[in-house]
Amino acid sequence: MADIYNVRGRIFDIQRFSTHDGPGVRTIVFLKGCPLRCRWCCNPESQNYEIQLMKQKGKVKTVGYDTTVKEVMEEIMRDMPYYSRSGGGLTLSGGECLWQPDFGIALLKAAHENGINTAIETTGFADWEVIEQFIPEVDVFLMDIKHINSAKHKEFTTRPNELILHNARKIAEKAKRLIIRVPVIPGFNGTVEEIGEIAKFTASLPNVNEIHLLPYHRMGKDKYDGLARPYLMGDVPSPTTAKMQELLAVAKSYGLTTHLGG
Amino acid sequence: MKPVYSAKIEKSERIPKLIEHLFEKMPEIEADRAVLLTESYKQTENLPIILRRAKAFQNILEKLPITIRPLELIVGSNTKAPRGCQVFPEYSYTWLQDEFDTVQTRSADPFYISEETKETLRKVYPYWAGKTTSELATSYMSPEALSAIEHNIFTPGNYFYNGIGHLTVDYGKVLKIGYKGIIKEAEAAIAKLNVTDGDYSKRFQFLQAVIISCNAVCDYAKRYATLAKKQADTCSDEKRKAELLQIAANCQRVPTNGATSFYEACQSFWFVQMLLQTESSGHSISPGRFDQYMYPYYKADLEKGAITREFAQELIDCIWVKLNDLNKVRDAASAEGFAGYSLFQNLIVGGQDSNGQDATNDLSYMCMNATMHVHLPQPSFSVRVWNGTPHEFMLRAAEVTRTGVGLPAYYNDEVIIPSLQSRGLTLEDARDYNIIGCVEPQKSAKTDGWHDAAFFNMCRPLELVFSNGVDKGVQIGLQTGDVTKMTSFDEFYDAYKKQMVYFIELLVNADNAIDLAHAERCPLPFQSCMVEDCIGRGKSLQEGGAIYNFTGPQGFGIANMADALYAIKRLVFEEKSVTMADFKEALENNYGKDMDSKMAENITAKVAKSFVESGKVLSREDVKTIYETVVKNNCSAEQKAKYDALLNRISELPKFGNDIIEVDSFARDVAYTYTKPILNYRNPRGGQYQAGLYPVSANVPLGAQTGATPDGRLANTPVADGVSPAAGRDVKGPTAAANSVSKLDHYIASNGTLFNMKFHPSALQGESGLESFVALVRGYFDQKGSHMQFNVVSRETLRDAQKNPEKYKSLVVRVAGYSALFTTLSRSLQDDIINRTEQGDF
Repeated sequence: MADIYNVRGRIFDIQRFSTHDGPGVRTIVFLKGCPLRCRWCCNPESQNYEIQLMKQKGKVKTVGYDTTVKEVMEEIMRDMPYYSRSGGGLTLSGGECLWQPDFGIALLKAAHENGINTAIETTGFADWEVIEQFIPEVDVFLMDIKHINSAKHKEFTTRPNELILHNARKIAEKAKRLIIRVPVIPGFNGTVEEIGEIAKFTASLPNVNEIHLLPYHRMGKDKYDGLARPYLMGDVPSPTTAKMQELLAVAKSYGLTTHLGG
Repeated sequence: MKPVYSAKIEKSERIPKLIEHLFEKMPEIEADRAVLLTESYKQTENLPIILRRAKAFQNILEKLPITIRPLELIVGSNTKAPRGCQVFPEYSYTWLQDEFDTVQTRSADPFYISEETKETLRKVYPYWAGKTTSELATSYMSPEALSAIEHNIFTPGNYFYNGIGHLTVDYGKVLKIGYKGIIKEAEAAIAKLNVTDGDYSKRFQFLQAVIISCNAVCDYAKRYATLAKKQADTCSDEKRKAELLQIAANCQRVPTNGATSFYEACQSFWFVQMLLQTESSGHSISPGRFDQYMYPYYKADLEKGAITREFAQELIDCIWVKLNDLNKVRDAASAEGFAGYSLFQNLIVGGQDSNGQDATNDLSYMCMNATMHVHLPQPSFSVRVWNGTPHEFMLRAAEVTRTGVGLPAYYNDEVIIPSLQSRGLTLEDARDYNIIGCVEPQKSAKTDGWHDAAFFNMCRPLELVFSNGVDKGVQIGLQTGDVTKMTSFDEFYDAYKKQMVYFIELLVNADNAIDLAHAERCPLPFQSCMVEDCIGRGKSLQEGGAIYNFTGPQGFGIANMADALYAIKRLVFEEKSVTMADFKEALENNYGKDMDSKMAENITAKVAKSFVESGKVLSREDVKTIYETVVKNNCSAEQKAKYDALLNRISELPKFGNDIIEVDSFARDVAYTYTKPILNYRNPRGGQYQAGLYPVSANVPLGAQTGATPDGRLANTPVADGVSPAAGRDVKGPTAAANSVSKLDHYIASNGTLFNMKFHPSALQGESGLESFVALVRGYFDQKGSHMQFNVVSRETLRDAQKNPEKYKSLVVRVAGYSALFTTLSRSLQDDIINRTEQGDF
């Protein structure tokens, strides 16, 4: 086996003490490049695989850098005491780690070698052959199901959803643990009916009983300005607490364990 | 597993009413104690000091007005007015006299003082001229030490002007045998004395003083019994009447005798706690391990069916309220340093017992309930954490943290126990430690720790390296050479270390002078009788009666010095991109930023001195002209650009607080420049010096007396607090900051370290928020950090509180080692709290 620690990949951020993306205290590695272009994406700088310039608070900063598993692991290992105390670990986010499979898998393997719990946040949009290789190295899959209607899915994310739904079922069969996450976006999927359909689908997956609803927020807006890109969400407001409670209740009615936020 | 203790107990209706009464009006200064003290002193001039102290205490307790506040279950107050304070002219008094007309309107900790009280105090004060501890201490200090104090290198103000306090007495002993029992011990010790012993008289007199003091306390409690009975006789409300009769019965029995119930134990505890603060003005009289020494009484009552958990909770809540009834007036400058009317009565729960087993019990949780119920700054509530601490205990503590009360503070047994052992405590004693005041560990009932002995500003000696020991035109430090001619970092660092040691020695001189003054003028027989082995040795604490004696002055500014020295090392000696002369010039000109009057004065003094040295005679007018020129002739645009470039370069360097091993290891070494030399010195009580690394809130006022530093910190701005990273420089989140801080040597700072973290409430939301928070504390402690505390409030909340203080009267923030009401803090301290990096807001 090639030395996994020398595998190179492209990331744009490492965020420590995250408590919203998988169990316990986690370090999130944000990989660069994503096949989807979700309109509400709060990390637009993650979408393009190319290294970019982004203006932030008046300063131009380079987004994205190439690194090795070794370098990333050095930072990840720093928070070992906190993972041990909370059952936390590493979460790969993005971007889409399935689209940097060599690097992604090597990182996850390295984490496992060091006794660190692993999770990935994924769109599930990749060939099954790729995902299959990830399965043994991922303790928790956090996978988005954004819409059941493929046309609407494509309209808002630029990709249809057939492959995603198909993969979801196969991941559910094979993975250690799968949690479905739904970004709740008013005007896209924020109705009782639409969330209900996603919940129904989730409940139909084998071994899956957990769904997280993540309310839309506008925190990414400034980044679009910084990248000189239009913010297509306009003035869409965040869902109200009452609305979120209503949607959670719908998901619950399918026998799912629900959670608000990550 | 089902939680064992988590069944929370509702707050009784009485508690909010007690609190409301407590905060009805502004705290007030009362003169009764000063009058009674002086009256007694005038009659005892021919007696030895220890007996004079005892007789004065007796006179005070015989005649001090007593009061039972509405609805109280636990009684005993030092003052007629709630949250009032007495004054203690035997320590110092001129400052209060000078501040009579401003004490009511000052920004930090204002007190009301009536014209009548002023008049009474004016009559009392003349007697004290030349008789105070502070005057004697001054006469004992070397001129160099006095000069260092005047130039704000360190500030021994705490004990210079006040009593010492900072101890935990043997509450358990009083609960068990009462003062009658202690009197018997003293009598037995007298019986063993041999009249021919050289120190017979001193020992005999000390023991006599103990007996007088204990009897005075017994009689004082009986005055309350009589008062309660009298009030009961005229009380028409049957329920209250019964309560008053119970109070009368309690005060009749305790603290004279041992307690026979939990209620009596609570009342007995309170008399001890309050009267320690009547005998002397020392603060940080810390109840310590309340959940341990109170437990036998609770358990016995519970098993007998004599008490309900609800009533026990109500009594504990009442004690919590009472702890906020005590108060102390400080001089304006100290009030800034100890802001928030705080008395630092540290009460700690959990941790190991002296056998090394987990000591958590039902009362530990009830104390947490009390802090939630009362939501006030006192007691300074702390928890001990070790590897065997139940997870449930941690979660409950985290819930208290989440309420935003700034409590509890978390302490790590795994560091503190071996640290205390390394200072000579037995393993059993070390395991039984509690915290004094802010963060200072000691073994209760055996220690005179002198924990808060001085603030030492680690930034000032560095300034003196740049000025070759000269401050405001005066040579106050060593001549370590022309800084611009230094050729290696080691040479520069050595110069810093030399200045450090020089001033540490002066600090020792100052503290020892104060120590001697207290032994000579204010030995305290009452507090001494509850600390081993004062009775056995026939000596007060102040004369070295305790088993363990320490002096613990605290250093602060580590983060600034680590970043500053690192900047010099990198830029001047490694990259050679900046010269020492550049740095010197930039610092003198505050990096081209606004020149305030203090800096202008400093430069004026320098210029004037160089004129004088060259033989010129300067008139007052000349100096004024120089000053005006300095203020006007600020830097040129070219200079400013140069300084900006330097600031920019400094800001790009790695900083302490971001989990960068190179910088963090460097910081560890920098901390040693303070923590190691300190260990070489001894105090007059035969004990060792030991370093603390915490600032209380002095990092703000003392920062205001500190020039610009090479870490890019501008002149007169706050210095980093405790061992925390400098404000705003830790940008990689709480775990990175915690990892950095854990790289310091917390064992050697056996007088305590303080790590402040401010959390946005969102960080602690839900069960997962609490779990992550607990993991953060545990993870920091696994890496051998010693202490951690949290502010859980949003920036917006604090800003709004500045704008609308009336809406936020009860907003509690963690200041530094203690919590205080935000709106009572000075504006600059408020700003500092807001500016501390807000962690966990992701």
